[in-house]
Amino acid sequence: MINYIKLIVLGVVAVFALVAANYARDAAYMVHAIIIFLVTAGLFLWTLRSTDEPVPAKVLETSYMDGVVRAGVIATAFWGVVGFAAGTFIAAQLAFPVLNFDWAQGYMNFGRLRPLHTSAVIFAFGGNALIATSFYVVQRTSAARLWGGNAAWFVFWGYNLFIVLAATGYLLGGTQSKEYAEPEWHVDLWLTIVWLVYLAVFVGTIVKRKEPHIYVANWFYLSFIITVALLHVFNNLSIPVSIWGSKSVQVFSGVQDAMTQWWYGHNAVGFFLTAGFLGMMYYFVPKQAERPVFSYKLSIVHFWALIFIYIWAGPHHLHYTALPDWASTLGMVFSIILWMPSWGGMINGLMTLSGAWDKLRTDPIMRMLVISVGFYGMSTFEGPMMSIRAVNSLSHYTDWTIGHVHSGALGWNGMITFGALYFLTPKLWNRERIYSLSLVSWHFWLATIGIVLYAASMWVTGIMEGLMWREVDANGFLVNSFADTVSAKFPMYVVRALGGGLYITGAIIMCYNLWMTVKRSPALEASAAAAHATPAE
Amino acid sequence: MSDNNEKRDDLDYETTGHSWDGIEEYNKPLPKWWLMIFYACIVWGIGYTIAYPAWPGVKTATAGLLGWSTRANVEQDIQNHEASLAPINERLASVELTAIADDPELNTYAQNAGAAVFRTWCAQCHGSGAAGATGYPNLLDDDWLWGGTMEDIHYTVSHGIRNEQDADARYSEMPAFGRDELLSREEIAQVANFVMTLSGETPPSPDLVEAGAEVFDFNCSSCHGEDGTGDRFQGAPNLTDAIWLYGGDYDTIHETVFNARFGVMPPMGGADLNEAEIRAVATYVHGLGGGEASEE
Repeated sequence: MINYIKLIVLGVVAVFALVAANYARDAAYMVHAIIIFLVTAGLFLWTLRSTDEPVPAKVLETSYMDGVVRAGVIATAFWGVVGFAAGTFIAAQLAFPVLNFDWAQGYMNFGRLRPLHTSAVIFAFGGNALIATSFYVVQRTSAARLWGGNAAWFVFWGYNLFIVLAATGYLLGGTQSKEYAEPEWHVDLWLTIVWLVYLAVFVGTIVKRKEPHIYVANWFYLSFIITVALLHVFNNLSIPVSIWGSKSVQVFSGVQDAMTQWWYGHNAVGFFLTAGFLGMMYYFVPKQAERPVFSYKLSIVHFWALIFIYIWAGPHHLHYTALPDWASTLGMVFSIILWMPSWGGMINGLMTLSGAWDKLRTDPIMRMLVISVGFYGMSTFEGPMMSIRAVNSLSHYTDWTIGHVHSGALGWNGMITFGALYFLTPKLWNRERIYSLSLVSWHFWLATIGIVLYAASMWVTGIMEGLMWREVDANGFLVNSFADTVSAKFPMYVVRALGGGLYITGAIIMCYNLWMTVKRSPALEASAAAAHATPAE
Repeated sequence: MSDNNEKRDDLDYETTGHSWDGIEEYNKPLPKWWLMIFYACIVWGIGYTIAYPAWPGVKTATAGLLGWSTRANVEQDIQNHEASLAPINERLASVELTAIADDPELNTYAQNAGAAVFRTWCAQCHGSGAAGATGYPNLLDDDWLWGGTMEDIHYTVSHGIRNEQDADARYSEMPAFGRDELLSREEIAQVANFVMTLSGETPPSPDLVEAGAEVFDFNCSSCHGEDGTGDRFQGAPNLTDAIWLYGGDYDTIHETVFNARFGVMPPMGGADLNEAEIRAVATYVHGLGGGEASEE
């Protein structure tokens, strides 16, 4: 019966997509309609073939649902390399504008590739990492199989379809020009559906948990899922110009629109890249260190403080703009009060190692997790500092901001994800250990040196151009033109691209290492594998 | 996990007693320094929001005890800047244009102020070094389309070229000889070959040059002059030098004759720049190397 409903829904969507492709008013919308048609038509045929076939007797599934986590690990590694490649290429485009090839104008120039890079690393790489690890962690710490059966697979494939739609849209010019919220209305609607199913799977699993308490990692994952849903819906409120086109008009305008955008933008950092990844930290650091978490009390206090304070910090993105002074003050004050709640996570991560510091010498995966927490602490100090109006008057609109974001993204989000992938791969494919620890070491050093080159060069250009922009002569006249600052940045832009090159080299080494772990590492004994795959009684 | 206990260096604290997939948590208190800094930030935050505009009400927000405001600050800065320069700006705006160069103090000031104006308003098209780009004249040389005296430059900056905002803008328009079918394709090819010879270039089809000279005589010489040296009164470029606004190769010249060009410069007088600023930037451009002496 359920198959017939599926067939009807898929058929209707496929036909609608064909009609939409025919009437499409722009290239991005047409390509999206064709992609959706191909996906739904394929699923239609697949469902049709299995309809009215004898159904094998249902086995009670007692083991953890790890297939979707395996898929998530592969997707994370894949999108990571794609996102880093795009980033390294656009860094080179900024240093050598000739790389904005004439033949690729309108598709592969910097303006089109930049959102492709940011979305690929944040949403494709980071998002897949969060979904995969949250599915793994919530099952292990709840001692329960994922709720909702194949809904978890729907979340995985639906989310990756969203990424493909977003990426193709950017290249073809389908964007609503809101940073980190570029996808247009039809893609936003799809993400909303996927995200609500994600929320249902996650909450459903927590509800049927066999542990008496909810582990702290799950608080963080849950706050990330709920808040991102809220942010996504409000920041994307818009009215389509036509149901056959990708263009839409924002409901808010002017400074209200800017404030909504940066309320969203800052909390994308706060809840996607901080709260969600703290969920990863709270599982993988104590697991890899084999030590208890440093302080339960600290985890409660810093969780609630972080959640309550982060949501107000957005206005610091709009200092010295049309935003009223009072909003700017509040954004700055909340950003500074946020400093310690952010550091609570760093303390709990680092101090969990007390008594196990020797692992830093012997275990490169541990080293990766620890340096990631270190970068987290550094960025969450730098952020509040840059939110101070006097500092911001120098740093705003400069490359310092780019450097700050990347020390957080490459250092904290990237490194903790790499650590989690190294932890998960042997476990998920029932291997004794990772293929080569010395390759992990290579990855660690390439990535670390890459980040240092990146962040240091951006600090230098940022402060330099900030000072050049405000430099005046004795009569109060500006000394430099904008183009002067651009040409002065050239050497540091080359260094930045070099740093990106080292970082992606490390990631490719990781992919090789993970692949060889699955192919070559000795298999785990059957009893140990079974113990990992099923909830303890 | 409990068999790990002998490895723990800190047994003063118990764990909470829960275990999730083997993960336990110590029941340690909050670190003192952490809590103190957190409280200090909150206390500072409350104080700061009392001192500065912060808490929103229904219609307005608290203004803060210090009376601080970004708008008031920037207005004050602009006023201070203008007040300190008012005397010299008045002098710059009122003296004879040609007298600026003879007054060392005024000249130095105008050069510096003009450079700042140029970097803000002119560099987008003419380049931050004033070397121009295709379609945007180089201001470093002595080849002028509309004249290079102080008066000429001052007029061009004030009113601009071929714009619709200023009725006094400098204006002229070359016919699109090909698009509007004033010349046949053959004639355009001939004249393009001929124009190349004016500046000593070797044309791709030398055999067309002779016919091209005739086409030039009938169609072009009224503006560009019989000898091709141009006419500044109409902004008609000199075709005999090696300086080209759009390019001196055959294809570019052909394109120019076929479709014509219509380079536009906005008027900087009126809303954008005041008289002192216009004079300053004219002085700066005049002093870049190609400035010409005024006719007495």
